[in-house]
Amino acid sequence: MSTPIGQPTVPPDRDRGGPAQPLLSIDGLVKHFPVKKGLGGRPAVVRAVDGVDFTILKGETLGIVGESGCGKSTTARLIMGLMPHDSGELLFDGELIGGRALPWRDFRAQTQMVFQDSYASLNPRMTVEGSIAFGPRVHGVPKRQAIERARSLLARVGLEPSRFAARYPHELSGGQRQRVNIARALALQPRLVVLDEAVSALDKSVEAQVLNLLMDLKQEFALTYLFISHDLNVVRFLCDRVAVMYLGQVVEIGPADTVLASPAHPYTAALLSSMPSMDPDARTQVAPLAGDPPNPIDPPPGCRFHPRCTLAEEVCKGRVPPLAPVDPVHRVACLARQPGSGHSAAPTLSVAA
Amino acid sequence: MATLAPHATAPLLDVAGGAAPLPDAPDAFMPSRGFWGQVGHKLLRDPVAMTAACVILAIVAVALLAPWITPMDPYRGSMIRRLKPVGDATYLLGSDELGRDMLSRLMLGGRLSLFIGVTPVILAFVIGSGIGILAGYVGGWLNTVLMRTIDVFFAFPSVLLAIALSGALGAGVFNSIVSLTCVFVPQIARVAESVTTQIRSRDYVDAARLSGASTFTILRVQVLGNVLGPIFVYATSLISVSMILASGLSFLGLGVKPPEPEWGLMLNTLRTAIYVNPLVAALPGLAIFIVSISFNLFSDGLRSAMEVKA
Amino acid sequence: MLRFILRRLVAVTPVAIGVSIVCFLLVHLAPGDPLSAVLPVDASPETIEAMRTAYGYDKPLVVQYGLWLWHVLQGDLGTSIASGRPVTSEVGRAVVNSLILACVATLIGFTFGMVFGFVAGYFRNSILDRLASAVSVFGVSVPHYWLAMVLVIVFSAQLGWLPSTGAGPDGSGNWRPDLEHLRYIILPALTMSVIPMGVIARTIRALVGDILAQDFVGALRAKGLSEFGVFKHVVKNAAPTALAIMGLQLGYLLGGSILIETVFAWPGTGFLLNAAIFQRDLPLLQGAILVLAMFFVALNLIVDVVQTALDPRIERG
Repeated sequence: MSTPIGQPTVPPDRDRGGPAQPLLSIDGLVKHFPVKKGLGGRPAVVRAVDGVDFTILKGETLGIVGESGCGKSTTARLIMGLMPHDSGELLFDGELIGGRALPWRDFRAQTQMVFQDSYASLNPRMTVEGSIAFGPRVHGVPKRQAIERARSLLARVGLEPSRFAARYPHELSGGQRQRVNIARALALQPRLVVLDEAVSALDKSVEAQVLNLLMDLKQEFALTYLFISHDLNVVRFLCDRVAVMYLGQVVEIGPADTVLASPAHPYTAALLSSMPSMDPDARTQVAPLAGDPPNPIDPPPGCRFHPRCTLAEEVCKGRVPPLAPVDPVHRVACLARQPGSGHSAAPTLSVAA
Repeated sequence: MATLAPHATAPLLDVAGGAAPLPDAPDAFMPSRGFWGQVGHKLLRDPVAMTAACVILAIVAVALLAPWITPMDPYRGSMIRRLKPVGDATYLLGSDELGRDMLSRLMLGGRLSLFIGVTPVILAFVIGSGIGILAGYVGGWLNTVLMRTIDVFFAFPSVLLAIALSGALGAGVFNSIVSLTCVFVPQIARVAESVTTQIRSRDYVDAARLSGASTFTILRVQVLGNVLGPIFVYATSLISVSMILASGLSFLGLGVKPPEPEWGLMLNTLRTAIYVNPLVAALPGLAIFIVSISFNLFSDGLRSAMEVKA
Repeated sequence: MLRFILRRLVAVTPVAIGVSIVCFLLVHLAPGDPLSAVLPVDASPETIEAMRTAYGYDKPLVVQYGLWLWHVLQGDLGTSIASGRPVTSEVGRAVVNSLILACVATLIGFTFGMVFGFVAGYFRNSILDRLASAVSVFGVSVPHYWLAMVLVIVFSAQLGWLPSTGAGPDGSGNWRPDLEHLRYIILPALTMSVIPMGVIARTIRALVGDILAQDFVGALRAKGLSEFGVFKHVVKNAAPTALAIMGLQLGYLLGGSILIETVFAWPGTGFLLNAAIFQRDLPLLQGAILVLAMFFVALNLIVDVVQTALDPRIERG
């Protein structure tokens, strides 16, 4: 279940591109980190993000899933501009981020991020309302108004301002701190909120409350979410579409229900089958993933998943499978799903009738 | 027994939606203290640190008021009344090798000793923090250049550097302060750079960058408050070392010049008196020791009080 | 490992060069003519000029540095203005004495410091801990030149057990490890040992406390390992840091011995420095500082390498 992609209720002057324009469009994003090798070693790079493309439509929630080290957090940080990207094009509502039409400061006022570690995200020396009011004040809102806005946001996320506004982060629980982080993200009235494992560190019951809060806020403020997580259950609950990442590349992207119920990529299937089931009869007999965990410094040639893939064949070592559509809204990077790829399981090219 | 639907289609969460009011935090009704309020609160409960602080305050007070409260003239000597013992009728703490009252000279000597001991640390705190914070926050080549230069000064043991600089510059209060400042700036800069680099990679600094704030604003509002605390604690731990070094310079004749009273200098001039009146000869060193250990104990207490529990 | 050492050597070279530049410039910081201490006040301008040319003070600074460095690399540190003897031999002789003193002091300080530190770390927050901590605070807070005087007062002036100055009975310039000379080294070494003792005790106390609080210690005990066995593990974990600190303290003592050597008239580099400063014997000053600083740099390097060799967690190569 998820909210339908609807008409966002933003004032017309903020929505520059119209409803059909994706809010965020990423093309060919690449980021490599150099690894220090001593004298006489080859210079090596960690290929953290190696050619990522996707779009986020206005009003939707896009999830990105993958195991640790697949590059999802790095992608988030590249989008937010916390580090420069090596190559690739980033467009926000049709405009180049950091270009003349959309300088960084303006972009920053429209996109915000909630981090995983709720304690490290808050300045231990600032009060909760001070932290929330910091963003608006940077953009010229007078102090009194900024504090007012901070207080009303605190109330909106379920923290009573009279009790919580003057507190310090160490006096709050994890769930309370994450609510503060959400309030802070909303203080600048953004259109896109990136949630980087925002609920991963919370206890389950608290996680449920925060997720429901996020859904309500999205409705109320007409937000678009990029939700990064390794928890497939949460992604299924919250997201409209989901992208699966492996070793710095997107291997599958499509509607959440489809991808998580009938995955097209063997890696997605393996991820799903390694989730423990509540049903005692549904036991996992065979380990879903074989082989060694991948090394981002020296990825395998061709399809990066082929050493661990049950469907792997010779052709998989030679070619990098492109992210090709299985149907209009669902794309997969797997030679076994692409007609004419040379893989034995690939569907035959259908002749237009 | 409830039937468990296969997880693939089960609704994940059936908690009533919306922002439910949260259970009370245990200390919901205690007034919230700021960071420094908390530190002060803990410090006041530390008997050792408080005693040390009182001793320091007492000595500083005496030193400040010395010109007006010395029982006798610290400069006036008398050749017949030299090296009187402690507990003498006229000279409470005895008299020195030129017949001057020890108590008065110790009181007045505290001024200079404290001055040349504390000033270099204050100066080094300002300069060192500036260099270190800048290097730590900006990073990159600036960091490398600044820190490598600092490393060169670290290649000297501090005593050697202080004496070498003093020896080169010559005696005098000003020169002592300059050379000691040069000794402490690298140490403080290193600590400042290390702390700033750590803080800089914290998520809340990233969050501040995401709000579109300028580097200067982030430094001023978000970073400085968190960074100056640990640097300050480190600086206070340097005061005792500085006092010992400063008096040591005067002991060698590189600092204060006679007839000004200063504890290290007095210790030097009284060296020959150790065979005649050992107790008096040792008094100035005792004063240095008391101040030094008080500063150390206070600094330790401050460091313990600053350990914030998350 | 060899690659690591080479890398470290390369990294140290700019620092060493920087140190040599600082040593060279120190002398030129000094106000007044380097020669004024040596020449009589009424020396004629021609004599002054001649002396200046002879010592090379008339050339531009960079050239002077180059020449000086060239000589240094060949082992020639110049000639002492005051004594006329080569600086290298004077400093060489003095360094040996200072090294002996520093080594003995470091050993004493290290031994006591380790004992106090371990006791304090094992019995945290007990009476023993407080005593040990008190001793270590004392160690780092006491002005060592004052302590020297106090010890001289007690053991030399009052009790007469130990001599108050010098390195040997005949006022000789060298210390030899025999019974006669033993009495002379006790007081200076004891005095100097107090600082490293304090530093090491403090550090080891914290370190041991941290190690004992780690989960693997609990696991060892749960497996039934005797307390002595656990102790051996703690020692193994603490060893790299402890040795590193000992090495650094040795360097500090070597470089910072001037005050104690002055009190005890110990014929080491500190004593030499003192004389050089007051006689404004700049080549000697320069040479002594350079040698001491280089010792410290080398010591840091050795400590670095040893620590890496002992601690399997640090990556090498």
